[in-house]
Amino acid sequence: MAEIGAAFAAALALIGGLEPRLVEIVMLSLQVSLTAVIIAAIVGLPLGALVALGRFPGRRAVIVVLNGFMGLPPVVVGLLVFLLLSRAGPLGPLGLLFTPTAMVIAQAVLVTPIIAALARQTLEDAWREYEEQLHSMGARPHRAAGTLLWDTRFSLVTVLLAGFGRAIAEVGAVMIVGGNIAGVTRVMTTAIALETSKGDLPLALGLGLILIGLVLVVNAAAYAVKETAQRKYG
Amino acid sequence: MNSVHAPASILPLVLDRVAFTVQDVTILDDVSFSLEAGRSTFIIGPNGAGKSVLLRLCHGLLTPTRGRILWKGGHSNPARRQAMVFQRPVLLRRSVLGNVAYGLKLAGIGRREREARARKALERVGLGHLADRPARVLSGGEQQRVALARAWALEPEVLFLDEPTASLDPAATRAIETALREIVAGGTKIVMTTHDLGQARRLADEILFLHRGRLIERASADRFLDSPASPEARAFVRGEILW
Repeated sequence: MAEIGAAFAAALALIGGLEPRLVEIVMLSLQVSLTAVIIAAIVGLPLGALVALGRFPGRRAVIVVLNGFMGLPPVVVGLLVFLLLSRAGPLGPLGLLFTPTAMVIAQAVLVTPIIAALARQTLEDAWREYEEQLHSMGARPHRAAGTLLWDTRFSLVTVLLAGFGRAIAEVGAVMIVGGNIAGVTRVMTTAIALETSKGDLPLALGLGLILIGLVLVVNAAAYAVKETAQRKYG
Repeated sequence: MNSVHAPASILPLVLDRVAFTVQDVTILDDVSFSLEAGRSTFIIGPNGAGKSVLLRLCHGLLTPTRGRILWKGGHSNPARRQAMVFQRPVLLRRSVLGNVAYGLKLAGIGRREREARARKALERVGLGHLADRPARVLSGGEQQRVALARAWALEPEVLFLDEPTASLDPAATRAIETALREIVAGGTKIVMTTHDLGQARRLADEILFLHRGRLIERASADRFLDSPASPEARAFVRGEILW
C-alpha cells in the first residue's frame, strides 16, 4: 500500500516537474492521435454523409459493416497495417513500419469507421427533418450533404471527439506498428504497458493520470461545445 | 412581383386524371383541374383527404402514380418559378438572414444581390430587426415568417402553402395572413391548404374541396362557403365531422 502511495507521489512530482521524458511521450501521443482523427474525419464525414443520404444497392450492408467496425480490435488493425507496411508487404518499400506515420495510419483505420458510423446516424436523423425542405428549394445531393454537415456541426464535434478518445486510449495498434521505440514511437499507452511490466510504477502512473485527465478534458469540452451551441443556435 | 422583364408565365398548371397511391393505399384518385394565374386557390377538406399530398404533387416533391401534371409550356417542374412553405418550418442552424439568403443561393442568385433581397424579404414580413439572430431560437410564428420570407425572396410566380398557420396562435396567424395579402398583391398566385374556414373566407378567391382523395367540388370562395353544392361539402362547412 505504502509503495502505491509513494508511486503516486512520484508520479505527481513527474507531472509537476514537466519531466522531459514524460512531456515528449505526451506530445507524440497527441500528435499521432490528432493527425489520425483529422485523416479519419476527412474520410469518415463524407463517407457518413454518402451513406446517410445516398440510396444505392447494398446500403444496409454498408451500414452494418460500418457499425460493426466501430468495435474493430486495435491489435487486429495493428496486425493488418503491420502486414501492409512490413518489408514483404505491398507498402513495404515506403519504409514506414515503426515510424509515427505507421501509427497514424493504424489509428486512422481504427477511427474512420467510428466517425463514419456516428456521423451517418447524426446526418440521417437531420436528413429526415430537412429532406423535404431542401428538395423543395432545389438542393442537389452534394449541396444537401454540405448543408447537413454544417448544420449538424456541433453534434459532429462530439463525434470527432469520440474518435479522438478511441485513438488516444488504444494500445494494441500503435504497439504493433510503432514498436514502442523510446524517443521515436513511444506514446502514453505503450509506455504505460512497458513501464508497468518493468516495474517503473511512477512513470506508468503519471502517464495514466495524464491520459485520464486528457480524456476527461476532451469530453468536458465536447459537452460544453454542444450545450453552448444548443442554447445559442437551437 | 412579376416585373416587366419576367419570363413567360408558367401558369396554368394542369392536372390530368392524377392519382397517387402508396403501397396499394389510394391517397388521391382521378383528380383533374387547372390553376390559373391571379386567383388565390384554397384546398380544403377533412384530415386525410389528400390535401398535403396534392400540394406536394403540384410542387414537384412527389410524382403522380397515374395521370399528368403539366405547367404551361410543357415544363414538368419549373423549380425556380414556384416555391413552397410547409406546416412546420425547417430552418437551418444559421442566422435568420442566412436562412433567407440560402434559398436565394440555391436559386443561383449572386452574393451581393442575395443579401439585399433577403433583407428586403425580411422587412416585408416584419422581421428585419431579427436578421442577425440565430433562426432556430425564434418563436414558432417568427420561424414561419422566416420560412415565408425565404420563399417570398425567390419572387415565385406560384407559392404553395401547406397549412402554414395550423400550429400558430391568432397573432402569429394574423402576421402570416398580412404577409400573404401583400404577396398576392405583388402578383404571386398562392395555392394553400387550410383547416380554418374563416381563413379561407378571408383569403380565398376559389376553393377546391377534397374528400377521401377525390376532388368533390370547385367553386368561388363565396359560393362554396355560403351554399356548397355537394352533400359532403355542406356537412364540412356546417362543421360536421367528416371521415
